[in-house]
Amino acid sequence: MERAPDSSQTLPTPTRLGPFWRNALFLSLCAAGLGAVGWAYLTADAMPASSLLSSLQSPKSPATAGVSDSSSPDLSAEGKAGSGEYPDLATTLRRVNAAFETQWTEAGLEPAPPAPSLTVARRLSLALTGTIPSLEEVRALEEIPEEERLTWWLDHLFQDRRHGDYLAERLARACVGVEDGPFIIYRRSRFVTWLSDQLMTNRPYDDLVRDLITSKGLWTSEPAVNFITVTANQAAVDAKKKGPDEVKLAARVTRAFLGLRIDCMECHDDKFGDRWKQEDFHQLAAFFAGTDLAPFVGVRDHDQNTYEFRFNGELKPRPVEAKVPFEPELLPADGPLRARLAAWVTAPENRSFARAAVNRVWTLLFNQPLVDPIDDIPLDGPWPGAMEVLADDFTAHGYDLRRLIRVIAASRPYLLDSRSLSDGPPVTDAHYQSFAAFPLTRLRPEQVAGSLLQASTLKTIDADSHILRRFMRYGQQNDFVKRFGDLGEDEFTDRGGTIPQRLLMMNGKVVDERTQENLVLNASTRLGLLSPTLEATVETAYLSIFTRRPTDAERDYFITQLQNVPENRRNRAMEDFYWVLMNATEFSWNH
Amino acid sequence: MTTNPSPFSTCGGADHTSRRRLLKAAGCSGLAWLTSLGDVLALDAEKAPRGKPAKSVIFLYMAGAPSQLETFDPHPGSPIAYGTEAIATAAKGIQIAKGLEQTATVMGDVSLVRSVVSKEGDHERATYNIKTGFRPNPSVVHPSIGAVICHELDSSGVEIPTHISILPNRFAARGGYLGAKYDAFSMYDPAQPVPDVSPRVSDARQDKRLEALDVVEAAFQAGRPAHLDDNRTLHRDTMARARRMMTSDQVKAFDISLEPEATRAAFGDSPFGRGCLAALRLVEAGARCIEITLPGWDTHINNHELHAKHIATLDPAFAALILGLKERGLFDSTVVLWGGEFGRTPKLNALEGRDHWPNGFTLALAGGGFKGGRVLGATDPNGENEHPDNPVGVDDIHATIQHALGIDPATELMTPAGRPMALSDGKLLHELLA
Repeated sequence: MERAPDSSQTLPTPTRLGPFWRNALFLSLCAAGLGAVGWAYLTADAMPASSLLSSLQSPKSPATAGVSDSSSPDLSAEGKAGSGEYPDLATTLRRVNAAFETQWTEAGLEPAPPAPSLTVARRLSLALTGTIPSLEEVRALEEIPEEERLTWWLDHLFQDRRHGDYLAERLARACVGVEDGPFIIYRRSRFVTWLSDQLMTNRPYDDLVRDLITSKGLWTSEPAVNFITVTANQAAVDAKKKGPDEVKLAARVTRAFLGLRIDCMECHDDKFGDRWKQEDFHQLAAFFAGTDLAPFVGVRDHDQNTYEFRFNGELKPRPVEAKVPFEPELLPADGPLRARLAAWVTAPENRSFARAAVNRVWTLLFNQPLVDPIDDIPLDGPWPGAMEVLADDFTAHGYDLRRLIRVIAASRPYLLDSRSLSDGPPVTDAHYQSFAAFPLTRLRPEQVAGSLLQASTLKTIDADSHILRRFMRYGQQNDFVKRFGDLGEDEFTDRGGTIPQRLLMMNGKVVDERTQENLVLNASTRLGLLSPTLEATVETAYLSIFTRRPTDAERDYFITQLQNVPENRRNRAMEDFYWVLMNATEFSWNH
Repeated sequence: MTTNPSPFSTCGGADHTSRRRLLKAAGCSGLAWLTSLGDVLALDAEKAPRGKPAKSVIFLYMAGAPSQLETFDPHPGSPIAYGTEAIATAAKGIQIAKGLEQTATVMGDVSLVRSVVSKEGDHERATYNIKTGFRPNPSVVHPSIGAVICHELDSSGVEIPTHISILPNRFAARGGYLGAKYDAFSMYDPAQPVPDVSPRVSDARQDKRLEALDVVEAAFQAGRPAHLDDNRTLHRDTMARARRMMTSDQVKAFDISLEPEATRAAFGDSPFGRGCLAALRLVEAGARCIEITLPGWDTHINNHELHAKHIATLDPAFAALILGLKERGLFDSTVVLWGGEFGRTPKLNALEGRDHWPNGFTLALAGGGFKGGRVLGATDPNGENEHPDNPVGVDDIHATIQHALGIDPATELMTPAGRPMALSDGKLLHELLA
């Protein structure tokens, strides 16, 4: 515990703003918020719901709405995949699918049937934008021929600013965590916005990571530098070196970018084998020895500084040389310490880098890691067969994150249903664990919140045309997220629902406001009033809440329910209908 | 709700009353792997605590780790006190830090362990350690003390959650390998009623909605693993428990506005004080374990000033809780545990803060089966010797609390990975037991 005293989080100094200014700031924020919400109400889209309902006359039957080809829909076509746009994609997909198919055969698992394309669209929207598709989007997607839908949908999502914002928030959890950090020198929102900008331009991932590791300057003007400053310990007792914490940085770099948990070696040699020594970890930390904070300048390098540590069993601290724990030949001999480290981390031959990225993107899409835990990928294997194929593809194509998303989204496991056909034996937990069926996982709080608000408005809540509305949405979301229970950084643990979540959904204000009678805002009211037939009403509600059509049993049940109420109580019945769908397991789970 | 195969299970009691029978039917239950190996060994009469075992635990969790020197282990006049003074207490020979005047009056009922040591100096790891009695281990997630109690003790008839975390930070108590069913029910400042426990529609309309939900749930279950709800989603399960809570009179236990003004005032006007009062009412209603978090003790800067502020919140609440438990006849059946994840350094740093110190800090224990007015262990008044006399591990505290509740710490449960695991590896602290 030698380092315990200064490895701690610190409290923000309590008297940063005078009470007057704090109050003034608070009041002005309140005023701005009220104004924005008011404006949003006034300008709430008076969209013609009828236009969304019109295409109901010729719905595609649910049975044919599935992705036709079980392996890889449009992308398997050599014509497109083999040519310019996505070179080698078909080959990579074949290899990924073959790896899984071998695994399933060995385990004696019959894979689930292909999922309907709308289900796949829902998964992708949740993973990339944090909400479900809007009714408007569902209608647009259904205009696209079945075999082109996946590509079209991904193109559509990649253009949506929400995808940058949402992925940035998810990735930021790995890079800077969820804590507030030392406020004076850390701006999490700037970091996330910057990351979102990088994702919107699809900046190569290796380039992005090099930028994070080597960033310099002020946390305000150079947002990437927050990756460094979040670790700073304002109140470092050992005043020799104020600022960034080498140990935390070494732990972040290895976990987030290399998928290795060697930070346990901070205090001791490897207890689960002899792969790692305490020295390995501290030699990595030594790359940040010169990383310093200066007033008006921000983060800078002072490479003449040395990193010292007292190892177990030794009496005094001694200087530790900056060295990498494996593949030392990939480390450039010259240059500033952080630049050398960044070059080593992102070297194409450093396979851990690509594996870590593959595992993270895979997890964001499936909500279940390919290698679990997400940041503990064995350096020397074994890995699932698909891991190496995907890592090869990611490396060979310039660390293109969008391509990686496209590959995973077009792979057979991603396109499988999370259930068996109604007449076959049900899928099992083993199916979910081996991706022989799409894993059933609980949605994250912000995904539930996003879905709730999206489901109740029919039209897409997007960043471009609904900035003010989005403000309102975020305002409502935060309280909801807190109550629903954020999982923090530790976000991929397999967990069931909680009582507060059910109370919040059954009786909470957000659900109530979003289902109750409100012509301007709520889909339930609009559908009740504007749908041509009860059948259309039921089907539209299912499409906007579950992104699917009702089964025959469901359709019959709800039509009967709605038929049995007098005209003047129709809106109330619609409220109940919406409440039921939003309180179903299906709404709160990824499937 | 009649179609739900698992109504009101877990910490609500129904599956506790029949737990042993249920487990015999292994294979049809999703909880089959929880076979309690210890069940085959009848509780050894000699090992059982004298008198009636306690039934509940209240854990006053001081998040951020308070300084032992400014709370229950002052060394007045020594170089490491830096001006902190001590006061006499109702327990002869026991001094505690100035600022805890009300607590001093109840010290005859409280015992102190001043020599707790751990190997965890990081907040997250140490919090795990203090809540579970185990050090973090990548291959298994241990249950918090409250989850263990809920798993081991019968709670039939209790219609509200029996494992509750009031004002949780991001480490609310968890069920660990016992399953998410045993996670604590999280709630915030009891000044507000528990949110969303009142249905927005009439009972008849609610029933109608739930009937419709069965239709939708049936469609979702088709083709998916059997016992989906029991084993994975807990969706209808938690809904049933939420509904049970909504319709129960016991939910009033959360409502501290039903207490007389004087009682509320005694606990202090703070979320923590209100949390302690709510805990008192919840224990009365049958809850098994309530943790109440008081944050802000991580005083790397201005240690004395910040501690004084938090102690002012702690003092009335702690004293009123002990007195309240005694008044309501709950003291002998309720264990009160006070403490943070570690202590703070004897030396003040350059910013007048104290840093992390897991080498000798204080935990306080009172009630159910514990003697009052005792002190176990001692730290060096000069802060030179890093090793306290008579060191006690965090696991020893857990083992002793379990014993006080009539739970044998050696009881082994099977983890999902098929590894038998004792409830605690600690030793019993006989000196503290009545």
